[in-house]
Amino acid sequence: MIAILQFGGSNCDLDVKKALDKIDIDSKLVWYKDSLKGFDGVILPGGFSYGDYLRAGAIAANTPIMDDVKEIAKKGKPVLGICNGAQILCESGIVPGAYAPNISSRFQCERVKLRVENSNTPFTRYFDEGDIIDMPIAHAEGRYISEDKNIKPLFRYVDKNGEATEDSNPNGSIQNLAGILGEQNNIASMMPHPERATDTYLGSEDGIKLLRSMTASIN
Amino acid sequence: MTYKAVVSVYLKEGIMDPEAKTIERSLKRLGFDIDDLNRREEFSFDIDVEDREKARDEAEEMCQRLLANPTIHRYEISIE
Repeated sequence: MIAILQFGGSNCDLDVKKALDKIDIDSKLVWYKDSLKGFDGVILPGGFSYGDYLRAGAIAANTPIMDDVKEIAKKGKPVLGICNGAQILCESGIVPGAYAPNISSRFQCERVKLRVENSNTPFTRYFDEGDIIDMPIAHAEGRYISEDKNIKPLFRYVDKNGEATEDSNPNGSIQNLAGILGEQNNIASMMPHPERATDTYLGSEDGIKLLRSMTASIN
Repeated sequence: MTYKAVVSVYLKEGIMDPEAKTIERSLKRLGFDIDDLNRREEFSFDIDVEDREKARDEAEEMCQRLLANPTIHRYEISIE
């Protein structure tokens, strides 16, 4: 059973639920005042928790349920933060670094190409390293910054040839980083939305493949 | 004893602030001959603790835990 963690202002929670329903993975929406005990993994969905007050994710990162998220992570179960969920993981220190406002000053809402940088993770076991995949982004604060020398890349923004160029970087993230891993490979923080890439109607099924991969050892 | 604390949080040098750049361009368009515009966020509050040092320590902890993100921010604290 996967927990989909809801904060005031989460708004991709139902999309994540629908995506998991589609691949017959049991999941449950969990309000931040409840508990994550007994779950096999957790997804922190996108949205605008607490109106992005102070910094995106800063308020949610300081709620007590984040201790449960840390506990799940410590047990080696998958923890995935998507967009605002990724910002919350950063702000809580579960992954290193910070997400600053996009260098363009704009809310970037577009399809991007990502290169899989590590296939030895629960999220990417069905991909090969170097695979180029499609997913949408929709964020204003996605410029990943870190002074950590040991960042573990999961996805990079690339062009159609798979090159991490300046033009293919939609927000100014260092090293074109679109997704990173935590200290352990069972923790991932990513700005692109896998739950919005769940059908060829929507332009891509790569998100489903990621969610299938994440939940392969569960159920 | 109640102290007045003012905490100001700003981006570390070298981290581009697109909002500041936009404001700078706009001021230039209005004809002002300016450069290197920076922005800060200021928080002020009353704090009831035994002494000034304790007030500073608590404000420092607030910056570390919530008001600033140490990866991208610096901050200044003044206690009166």
